[in-house]
Amino acid sequence: MTNIPETGRTPRVQIRLVVIQILVLSLLGTLGGRLWYLQIREGAAYQKEASGNHVQQVVQPAVRGDILDARGVPLADNETRLVVSASRTELLKQKDDGKAVLTKLAGVLGMKPADVMLKVRLCDAKTPQPCWNGSPYQPIPVTDKATPRQALQIRERSEDFPGISAEPEAVRRYPAPGKANTAQVLGYLSPVTDAEIQKAKDTDSPYLRSDMVGRSGIERTYDKVLRGKAGVTRYEVDNLGRVIGKAKSDAAESGSNLVTSIDSRVQRVAEYELDKAMKAARQQYDKITGENYKADSGAVVVMEAKTGRIVAMASAPTYDPNVWVGGISGKDYKALTGKNSDYPLLNRAIQGQAAPGSTFKVVSTAAAVNAGYPFDGRYPCTSSYSVGSQVFKNFEGENFGPISLGRALEVSCDTVFYGLADREWKRDGGINPKKGQPKDYFYKTAHQFGLGRETGVDLPNEVTGRVPDRQWKLDYWKANKDAWCKSGKKDGTYVEKIAYENCLEGNKMREGDSINYSIGQGDTLVTPIQEAVIYGAVANGGTMYQPTIGKAVISADGKTVTEIKPKKRGRLPVTQATLKGMDDAFAGVVTRGTAAWKFGGWPQNKIPLHAKTGTAEVYGKQTTSWLATYSKDYTVIMTIAQAGTGSGASGEAVRNIYSALYGVQGDGSIDNKKALLPEPQKSLPKVRTDGTVVDPKVPGDPAKEVEAAQKNNTSNGDTQQSPATSPSPTSTSNTRRRPRRRGGRRMLT
Amino acid sequence: MTGANSFSVSGYGPERAGWTRVFARDSVARRLDWPILLSALALSGIGSLLVFSATRNRTEINQGDPYYFLLRHLMNTGIGLALMIGTLWLGHRALRNAVPILYGLSVFGILAVLTPLGSTVNGAHSWIVLGGGFSLQPSEFVKITIILGMAMLLAARVDAGDKKYPDHRTVLQSLGLAAVPILIVLLMPDLGSVMVMVIIILGVLLASGASNRWVFGLIAAGAIGAIAVWQLHILDAYQINRFAAFANPDLDPAGVGYNTNQARIAIGSGGLTGAGLFHGSQTTGQFVPEQQTDFVFTVAGEELGFLGAGLIILLLGVILWRACRIARDSTELYGTIVAAGIVAWFAFQAFENVGMTLGIMPVTGLPLPFVSYGGSSMFAVWVAVGLLQSIKVQRPMSA
Repeated sequence: MTNIPETGRTPRVQIRLVVIQILVLSLLGTLGGRLWYLQIREGAAYQKEASGNHVQQVVQPAVRGDILDARGVPLADNETRLVVSASRTELLKQKDDGKAVLTKLAGVLGMKPADVMLKVRLCDAKTPQPCWNGSPYQPIPVTDKATPRQALQIRERSEDFPGISAEPEAVRRYPAPGKANTAQVLGYLSPVTDAEIQKAKDTDSPYLRSDMVGRSGIERTYDKVLRGKAGVTRYEVDNLGRVIGKAKSDAAESGSNLVTSIDSRVQRVAEYELDKAMKAARQQYDKITGENYKADSGAVVVMEAKTGRIVAMASAPTYDPNVWVGGISGKDYKALTGKNSDYPLLNRAIQGQAAPGSTFKVVSTAAAVNAGYPFDGRYPCTSSYSVGSQVFKNFEGENFGPISLGRALEVSCDTVFYGLADREWKRDGGINPKKGQPKDYFYKTAHQFGLGRETGVDLPNEVTGRVPDRQWKLDYWKANKDAWCKSGKKDGTYVEKIAYENCLEGNKMREGDSINYSIGQGDTLVTPIQEAVIYGAVANGGTMYQPTIGKAVISADGKTVTEIKPKKRGRLPVTQATLKGMDDAFAGVVTRGTAAWKFGGWPQNKIPLHAKTGTAEVYGKQTTSWLATYSKDYTVIMTIAQAGTGSGASGEAVRNIYSALYGVQGDGSIDNKKALLPEPQKSLPKVRTDGTVVDPKVPGDPAKEVEAAQKNNTSNGDTQQSPATSPSPTSTSNTRRRPRRRGGRRMLT
Repeated sequence: MTGANSFSVSGYGPERAGWTRVFARDSVARRLDWPILLSALALSGIGSLLVFSATRNRTEINQGDPYYFLLRHLMNTGIGLALMIGTLWLGHRALRNAVPILYGLSVFGILAVLTPLGSTVNGAHSWIVLGGGFSLQPSEFVKITIILGMAMLLAARVDAGDKKYPDHRTVLQSLGLAAVPILIVLLMPDLGSVMVMVIIILGVLLASGASNRWVFGLIAAGAIGAIAVWQLHILDAYQINRFAAFANPDLDPAGVGYNTNQARIAIGSGGLTGAGLFHGSQTTGQFVPEQQTDFVFTVAGEELGFLGAGLIILLLGVILWRACRIARDSTELYGTIVAAGIVAWFAFQAFENVGMTLGIMPVTGLPLPFVSYGGSSMFAVWVAVGLLQSIKVQRPMSA
């Protein structure tokens, strides 16, 4: 062993050792720096990521709030059902994608295997119902009508049914108290879609995968209120999904209950009477088309005149909202939405629009007064009104001589309004209006009455109707002129001639357009709810209310009650004097005008009713009947498509609704005990200390009771003996029905 | 120069060092490098806690006994300590005489791994399972024998006073000596160990005073070799993924990318002070794979935070700093080279291991010295500590 102290410390080695040392320290420094970067600078971000990493959410669905009527009777509530669900993720893990399990399940449930498979497939653009349009990660309900025995079979042999669960769950129920089904107003629920989850992710009301969402009606408008907040328990899990701790839990918050202004009894009466009136109309013979009236759809609205609250709203044809519960079957879905269906999902009170016919004269009268024609002036009610070669006839060629506007409303004299509209049209410059703005009183007034836009009712997808003013004509012409000019022929068929005319000057306001318009014919479209707002405003002294169905929100614990106040939307452009005149005229319609033949024996001195009838032509179809009415507190609008005249088709039904509201008996006496709602329901339902709402029972069928009360005393009033089933005109002197119009009226030749 | 002989002439000096004199003035105990010893013990201690934290819930590997890995880690540390004492007892110079035997044994060991005796763990065929839950990873010991072997060759002429620096022929011989086991390990394939060995060679050559041409030549050869390996598809796909995914976890999100990502989340979420021992959710939830071995640093990062993880780096720094001092202070080139080789080994392995958990180095299966669970690695690093102590202890006596 040699001993040379210098070795190992030669300068070269020494320098290199220092280099190594520096290198080593800088490596460690790098690690330290990176550590600082990850832990201190970016630490918060990683902490967030870590917490998201190992937290699993378990969701307890919130119980959806009830929808109650004005007295607290539940229109929509929940019941516990045994729901059998299939987990797609579990099924797909199996060799045959779970086919064997589903077949076995179908056997237990007594269903067809194919039906079960269809129920658990996912919806996409090409897949028709039935399919699951909720999240693929959420168990898919196969049935919610499992018997306890079936549920037990599945649960006891869980090893035979991997991925299948049978659990009691709260399921939406539409109990239809007193047979009031209220389908289109209530709407329905369906599972939330992935797109909706994404969209609502960062809002204050995010969806959970298990959520059911209101798709239409009240269920949709008040979805956020009713839905509540699902309880979420966050469990810390390891990488295999085993629970290793509980991180955080938010208890489920039940949805609030919604009190509506609907009275289930009145609703039932309205539905029943609408249905009865439509059936009756189908027994009636239509002379124009030479067949019975089709009466294929209709709507009725009962509204509080002084608040805009909807007491009843019915649309026909209708359906049972319970078909949606637990996933709709393919057959049911087709019946509701298919091409051959009669579209029962439509709420025709807000989504059905038709020409208003003579019920529009309330607008024309106001327009005339605003244009400077005194209400009490004298206007010729001739049997016809001629413009050049065109002859516009009064109804059945009647001639009343010079009459006031009020009387013109009462007897529904068309020629008075023809003349006024024509004069205004000429004053505005005729076919080529003067430079500057034409006054367009008749059109402006229609807009001021709220036509051509939504009323703002708290229901989704309300339609606007249409005011066929100059702007609309121009837009419509631009959109259609190519087609018109192509198909139009000067000497062709009726349709071809119309197209020819439209091609030439469809962009202009023609004389005939304005004349037709003044009595609610032509291109004007109005919804029943718009009429309800207008006639409600006439009833209450001129205030147009935004119609509402929601009345109050009561929290699940019953502690907070938030009332939904009526909202004023504007005033009718009518002076109080004119309003008074109109009011008297509408009362006259009931006592001696066009609706009188249906209101014989009505206690008018105790419960003054007002009405306006309307019969609107629809090209290629039978006439649309309208009946707009109001009392001190209520306005009732009924319309039935392809059913003849307003009074003829709906008079009796509307009368029966009023009878139900006020307790009017068949003999004209008033039984306050039987009155369903002689005054609008002002108070809210009582809430018990546990948060539940006191709900009065609705025994039996209110509609049948009302009907019985009317029939008991049929001796009084011949109107009861001449129901709508009798063939057309039973014309007494002041019965002015409007069963038909000649198609030629609209022709310009 | 036989093995038996070298055992009988352990120690150095006029009298045999006896245990009675351990704490006497100028005794071995007094001259020990205590910072290295204490740091290594501290790292092993921290390591046992981290291993315990990572494995106490892993019932699928701890055979139902939460203390299974803790006890084994402590036992490994104890055996390592004994090996250190044994190495110190023998002395690095005595071992110098035994190098041919040790080298032969270690090469035989890694060759045995390639035979059916060996087992594959995590894609690397580098284990010999001994039964009873024990297994050996001979490549760990090769690191020592390469250092000792190269040091012996390179320092022989210089320490003899014949030359100032090792000549080319000696360098070539030493490289050949290192190349044999490296090639065998490459066949396993245990890429991480190969990288460590190449770095060791670099450190050894630097410390030996070999011509700059060799040093740069080796670096260039390494670079060319890496490119060749890359281009000629010598590596398996998983190895390439492992390499690429550290920078971009999305390349292999379910494999290495997942490891990298989870490791980074675990460390990042630790913050300044960490979640507290046994309270890390990433650790408790077993989101980081191989957490008791290669990814043990993530436990420190998550549960002990910047302070705890920084302490580990600091302790490693102390060991490396002291080892550098030992290399510089050694009176003979042999000691310098051995110490420098150990420095290169520890430094690279620590940097690579911690670096991969921090996402700045590719993922390879290298344990963190002293901290990671694993007998072979633990034994090897403690033998290395014994060598460092031996170099330190024996230096003044040769003056």
